[in-house]
Amino acid sequence: MRNFPWPWPTLAEAGRCRAQWWARRWLQALLAGLLALLMLILPPAIAHAQDAERDTAALELLEALDVDSFPAKGEAIDAIVASEDDRARYWLQSLLDGRLQRADDGRFVVVLDNTGRDWPVEDALNGEALGEMSRRELDRIGINNALRNQLRSAIAVVDLYAADLELRRASAERLLGEVDSELAEPIAAVIDEEADSRVRQRLTLALAIHRLEQGEVEAVETLQGSLHSRVRVALNRAASSDDPLLAAAAQEAVNSIEQNLRINRGLETLYFGLSLGSVLVLAAIGLAITFGVMGVINMAHGELIMLGAYTTWAMQQLLPGQPGLALILAIPAGFMVAALAGIAIERGVIQFLKGRPLETLLATFGISLILQQLVRTAISPQNRTVVTPEWMSGSLVVNDALSLTLNRMYVLGFTLVVFAALMLIMRRTRLGLEVRAVTQNRAMARSMGIRATRVDIMTFALGSGVAGLAGVALSQLTNVGPNLGQNYIIDSFMVVVFGGVGNLWGTLVAGLSLGVINQILEPWAGAVLAKIIVLVFIILFIQKRPRGLFPQKGRAAEG
Amino acid sequence: MNAPKASFTPRRLIAAMLAAGTLTGAGQALADDPIKVGILHSLSGTMAISETVLKDTVEMLIEQQNEQGGLLGRELEAVVVDPASNWPLFAERARELLAQEEVDVVFGNWTSVSRKAVLPVFEELNGLLFYPVQYEGEESSENVFYTGAAPNQQSIPAVNYLHDQVGVERWVLAGTDYVFPRTTNRILEAYLKDEFGVADEDIMINYTPFGHSDWQNIVSDIRRFGSEGKKTAVVSTINGDANVPFYTELANQGVDAADIPVVAFSVGEQELTGIDTAPLVGHLAAWNYFMSVDTDENYDFIDAWIDYTGDEEAVTNDPMEAHYIGFNMWAEAVRKAGTTDVDAVKDAIIGVTVPNLTGGYAAMMPNHHITKPVLIGEIQDNGQFDIVWQTPSTVAGDAWSDYLPGSRDLIADWRAPMRCGNFNVSTGSCGGSTAAEEAEAALAE
Repeated sequence: MRNFPWPWPTLAEAGRCRAQWWARRWLQALLAGLLALLMLILPPAIAHAQDAERDTAALELLEALDVDSFPAKGEAIDAIVASEDDRARYWLQSLLDGRLQRADDGRFVVVLDNTGRDWPVEDALNGEALGEMSRRELDRIGINNALRNQLRSAIAVVDLYAADLELRRASAERLLGEVDSELAEPIAAVIDEEADSRVRQRLTLALAIHRLEQGEVEAVETLQGSLHSRVRVALNRAASSDDPLLAAAAQEAVNSIEQNLRINRGLETLYFGLSLGSVLVLAAIGLAITFGVMGVINMAHGELIMLGAYTTWAMQQLLPGQPGLALILAIPAGFMVAALAGIAIERGVIQFLKGRPLETLLATFGISLILQQLVRTAISPQNRTVVTPEWMSGSLVVNDALSLTLNRMYVLGFTLVVFAALMLIMRRTRLGLEVRAVTQNRAMARSMGIRATRVDIMTFALGSGVAGLAGVALSQLTNVGPNLGQNYIIDSFMVVVFGGVGNLWGTLVAGLSLGVINQILEPWAGAVLAKIIVLVFIILFIQKRPRGLFPQKGRAAEG
Repeated sequence: MNAPKASFTPRRLIAAMLAAGTLTGAGQALADDPIKVGILHSLSGTMAISETVLKDTVEMLIEQQNEQGGLLGRELEAVVVDPASNWPLFAERARELLAQEEVDVVFGNWTSVSRKAVLPVFEELNGLLFYPVQYEGEESSENVFYTGAAPNQQSIPAVNYLHDQVGVERWVLAGTDYVFPRTTNRILEAYLKDEFGVADEDIMINYTPFGHSDWQNIVSDIRRFGSEGKKTAVVSTINGDANVPFYTELANQGVDAADIPVVAFSVGEQELTGIDTAPLVGHLAAWNYFMSVDTDENYDFIDAWIDYTGDEEAVTNDPMEAHYIGFNMWAEAVRKAGTTDVDAVKDAIIGVTVPNLTGGYAAMMPNHHITKPVLIGEIQDNGQFDIVWQTPSTVAGDAWSDYLPGSRDLIADWRAPMRCGNFNVSTGSCGGSTAAEEAEAALAE
């Protein structure tokens, strides 16, 4: 202990007196504590010195990004990739997401949430949370599409070695058409070691595209038969190259691919048609009940659809962060809201106008305008954002040329379910029986003890509720705004009239076939002309068969 | 209101205008008589989605001006009417503003067709209209000030960017089927062929109806068109609501901005509020202003707007900036002229220069268009645009396109000796209506 020079003379003197022992004990304890503390601090301090050195290097790397010229930024990205800093991927990803920014004091930060006025940020070097900063204090390090491409490829190369299979698959997908001479060798090595066949197949294609770009004719063989669009781009490019041998081989490969594509295109068009048709059926099926079965011309039908869509939005507002659950809950909620609105319309207006179609048309048209403006004033004239849940976005990849968009597939399925449910109600339930009885012969039905007024209300509520369901589904495909309903009202009437008034099967067949016809015509006639042709076709058809595809037979038809 | 209009004889009209003149003259003697600012934006109907924010913008600017003591010592007062997205109603409301309310200036309109509808009213009653939206050009009226972009301030620089910086060789021109996209695409088609020698088969033109919502086939076509070897881009003049399903379909079919970028002329921050933009990152838009512009003026404007609307998530967009510039230009011209008299303001405003929100200045040109910088932005995951390119200096708006036969020789100059909106430089005469008709006939072809 005497080896240590001690700067407290008072204590050294006190060592001679009785208290000496105690003081010594106290000092020993203190010293031991200090030593322990030193032991604790020292290694981190050394580490800190190393960190500081690493951070200076890192700062230099990041500072190179903070330039105006995009090519210079590209070089800076290359430098980061080459640096082997373990934060490289984090920086590149932040840069890719537009989250890497520079604060006014020169620090590099990563923005955690960039909505609203003030954004929470963390330090890009050590991940330390720095609280909130305003847009004014931050300068974004901008990138363009070329750099985004470069970043994605750089990240994909890193991810190729990741343990996560999905990550590896995504990055192999990403690297198609992005392989350059530098990457060729490491990728060939990865192919040898990769366990997953899909990753291997993708990387082999990617490598073959690179070899094709280098002018190797043999590469065409590997690419043959692939339907991927990037392969086609590469082959098309090769087909116009100066090397006649390569050009001929590539052209041949393109031709055989085209052959194969034609079948896929046919299937794709059919799917597009069915999906458009399902939207038409969904929008029209409620009308098939109110107009078709009850004979009420309800111009506010579109607005009932709109109410359903707004219900979906409202549910998502009530359940933030759970768009999927909100969407599922919106199905019964949308039905109820639209059905209640339908009852209000029926009780408030339509029941007084029974048997006067023209007045009903005008009155319900007025209601539709009132509902639209109500939404504009009460909610907003702007469209509302309805979030598509994760499981509904993207597409189901059948093969490289044919992928079916998921949101439309769900809507198609939903339409069929709704249709089947409606058929069940109309055919198998007491309500369905009563509805059919009242519409076929109102007086007779009443004399049999059926309460016709109650049946009217129930039927109208059912038709309106189904319109609400259509709104829930449409919120996933189109804008949720005050004008939503207007876009579908004409189409809905068209489908119901074409299918045969009063016939649910007719509505289904009419909707689906109009959808398919429209999508077949569209590629060569254009969207505007295709619509006109379909309309003219329906007019001619109705001239020939005024009762539509499936006319009602028997005495009901005369009623 | 219809009956007196039907019986308006020219003499009665003059009498009414004289009466109106003496009334305003008398009004000016009173210092506390307010200056009336008319706002002619749809608050209901289809266009309400875009136009209501512009009404709010002008009201905010008026409020700010009043806080600074008004103009010429007088308060400003907003007179708001609702033309309900109904084009003939625009003309009626404009007449109401000018003849009954006797407003000193009007800020309004969005669609070209509504502007065409009110044009005769403003010329007849000698009003002032500030029109804040990018449009197809081929027009210059004595009574209208175009604070939005002309084609040479938006579409041409955007196409140049794609060609020079991105290396695009194939073009899809997709638009909604009405006058602005059709004219813009005609100009662009001529420009692409003349300037870059683009072949016919490398241009695909597609029109869709208003509010089109089924984009499956078109997006699939675009994908196919883009996989034939040459770098492809889509130039979109798709309007309003139809953009949301279009972009959703792009995302679902996996059209990536790195492969086929879409550059839009009608999609701004406002339109993107209805979409999840994560799959759209990298698609482009060309405007003269973006909310993400990094200047103090812009941040002040955004803060004022957020405070005014009380909505933390409120966004600003290009037409709002155009109203900001137009309003300040008008105020400056009134100060310069010392009166709100329409003819005096019309003369005073030419050459007036005010700061814009992008860190530069906007000047009113003799053809009633203004100077603007052109910015190209890429969509970010938060619904904002990141500026990737901009013109080195501001570009002056050209009323008559240089790439269309029939309008090539026309210029507009509303200064004292010429005072003509369609002066033909090859014949050396003010074309009157014939040259404009020729140009329109050429467009209609």
